Amino acid sequence: MSILVNKDTRLIVQGFTGSQGTLHSEQSIEYGTNIVGGVTPGKGGMEHLGKPVFNSMDEAVEELDPNASIIFVPAKFCKESIIESAQAGIKLIVCITEGIPTLDMLEVKKRIDDLGVRLIGPNCPGVITPGEAKLGIMPGNIHKPGSIGIISRSGTLTYEAVKQTTDLGFGQSSCVGIGGDPIPGSSFIDMLKLFEDDDQTEAIVLVGEIGGNAEEAAAEYIKNNVTKPVISYIAGQTAPAGKRMGHAGAIIAGGKGTAKDKIEKLKECGVHIADNLVSIGSKVAEVLQR
Amino acid sequence: MNLHEYQGKALFAEYNLPVSKGKIIYSADEVTDACNEIGGTSWVVKAQVHAGGRGKSGGVQLINTPEDGIKFAEKWLGNNLVTYQTDAKGQPVNSILIEECTNISQELYLSAVIDRDSQKIVFIGSSEGGVNIEDVAKNMPEKIIYQGVVYGDKSLPDSALNIAKVLKLNDIQTNQFISMIDNLLRLFVEKDLSLLEINPLVITDSGDLLCLDAKVNIDSNALFRHPELLEMYDETQEDPQEAEAAKNDLSYVSLDGNIGCMVNGAGLAMGTMDTIKFYGGNPANFLDVGGTATQERVAKAFKIILEDPDVKVVLVNIFGGIVRCDLIAKGIIAAIKEVEVKIPVVVRLEGNSADKGSKILSKADIKIDSINDLADAAKKAVELAK
Repeated sequence: MSILVNKDTRLIVQGFTGSQGTLHSEQSIEYGTNIVGGVTPGKGGMEHLGKPVFNSMDEAVEELDPNASIIFVPAKFCKESIIESAQAGIKLIVCITEGIPTLDMLEVKKRIDDLGVRLIGPNCPGVITPGEAKLGIMPGNIHKPGSIGIISRSGTLTYEAVKQTTDLGFGQSSCVGIGGDPIPGSSFIDMLKLFEDDDQTEAIVLVGEIGGNAEEAAAEYIKNNVTKPVISYIAGQTAPAGKRMGHAGAIIAGGKGTAKDKIEKLKECGVHIADNLVSIGSKVAEVLQR
Repeated sequence: MNLHEYQGKALFAEYNLPVSKGKIIYSADEVTDACNEIGGTSWVVKAQVHAGGRGKSGGVQLINTPEDGIKFAEKWLGNNLVTYQTDAKGQPVNSILIEECTNISQELYLSAVIDRDSQKIVFIGSSEGGVNIEDVAKNMPEKIIYQGVVYGDKSLPDSALNIAKVLKLNDIQTNQFISMIDNLLRLFVEKDLSLLEINPLVITDSGDLLCLDAKVNIDSNALFRHPELLEMYDETQEDPQEAEAAKNDLSYVSLDGNIGCMVNGAGLAMGTMDTIKFYGGNPANFLDVGGTATQERVAKAFKIILEDPDVKVVLVNIFGGIVRCDLIAKGIIAAIKEVEVKIPVVVRLEGNSADKGSKILSKADIKIDSINDLADAAKKAVELAK
């Protein structure tokens, strides 16, 4: 088992023929992901990377019966692309693009919730189930099929957690980057639910950062609903207040959202804290006593 | 992106929100004409900077003659205003807003933000205005209301009524307030705001509502659809290094330490700063060089980091994802030569082709400490910074 994606995933790439879409689709196909086709308005009928291209999601869904889509279109068009995919009947959408206006995401979130669609991202590295399917921009080779579920708000930090758990032999069941935006499609809690129910996942690594209170909400949820051990690292312990640290969502506002508060809350709720970025893997080993 | 008060008020006026009659001036010569044009016998002069706390720092003053206004303008224009919200240097004053004087009978508070938890736009209102709202939230939470709203929803007047009750408005003011909330929400949505704060919203001695201040923050990601707002950008209010970085599509935040950091990815950049601190050092900056650490971008990043005279060593931490580390290594070497970096550089490469990258770095004809383990790399940087 795993979560969200596996070898049965039939993927459509939105923004397929653009430079980002092309680069990452090539890598995903090489990894073994079943990309069935792509959508680029105006390029319908052509073939790209050996797969058919369609003008719209409706056409692609009709022809190929996909069950997931990934979005590489520019930020200003993402609202339309996500809604188009959701309305075409896709139930899992991964949006990689960074820089979508927050008010667009408010609207998107409401629409996808109404349609019962799961959105991962935006502004995220995507989702991977090692050895089965890679829907995203993460380097496939650092992953290894295994027992750790990883959830993170950051791309490269996820890779650190992956690398460390691979090096120590644990591997990963699935890894999900939920993204660094203020209004993400899916929350830590959504992913914790899935990992808790997944047989393959023995322990969960939650990589958080400053800003908002997603980690605090996750901590409360873990206390009441998660039986598996959770190991967490929170980035931004040295970040100053009031400054946006790269990610739109990473800002300490009005004294709220500090790493210290998050760590305290997580500890209080029984989460194991890796106090240093380089000790995520060793903390997992310590908790699993291996 | 932040707006100045006068820019925010211009938007308010465009959306039929009540603001004082006022005029913006850029030199002391313009004061007398501005006062005459506004009319009356007393005025308020307000230094325009991107920071709150201006009143307590002498940046806002009541004047009874244009001459006093000229003195105020001569004192502030071209100088920096330091408030509790700025750093020790303060923010440069390049313009002054002159407004008609308002007789205030009561000060209230009103703001709107995008709330992450409820995933709605939320109005925050309080009967306690003109003070720091965080203090009110802490000491008198019963005097604050948080009211989620939905644009285009029919229940908006009811939401406005809920807030009006907490603000203890009378019937006439409540009617004014209902249309005010409607206009503010329209402004918030149409102009892609991320924050809107009116502190204070006042009741004048004639019993009317008036927006006495305007703090407006626009979602930078949405500026592509607001060229008219982009024109309001005031670079002088930004940290020069941060502004330069933003121009080059790098995200940079300057800090107090002496270890320069160049990292790919925002999360890893924060994690790297924390790691430096963990081993007893102090980061000089946050810098996300982005997913494609090309020679050009790395060179630009070095230039920005080295602008800071405190920086004694630079720690480069790159987790090669799709981009191969051997290419990144070549880019780093070329960039160090191009920028003529004279202080020690510690490079940690991990991920895609990291071994090849390290080999290239260690064979380079310039001195680079190439260390693959992040803990060891951070320790080395801390040691070199001492």
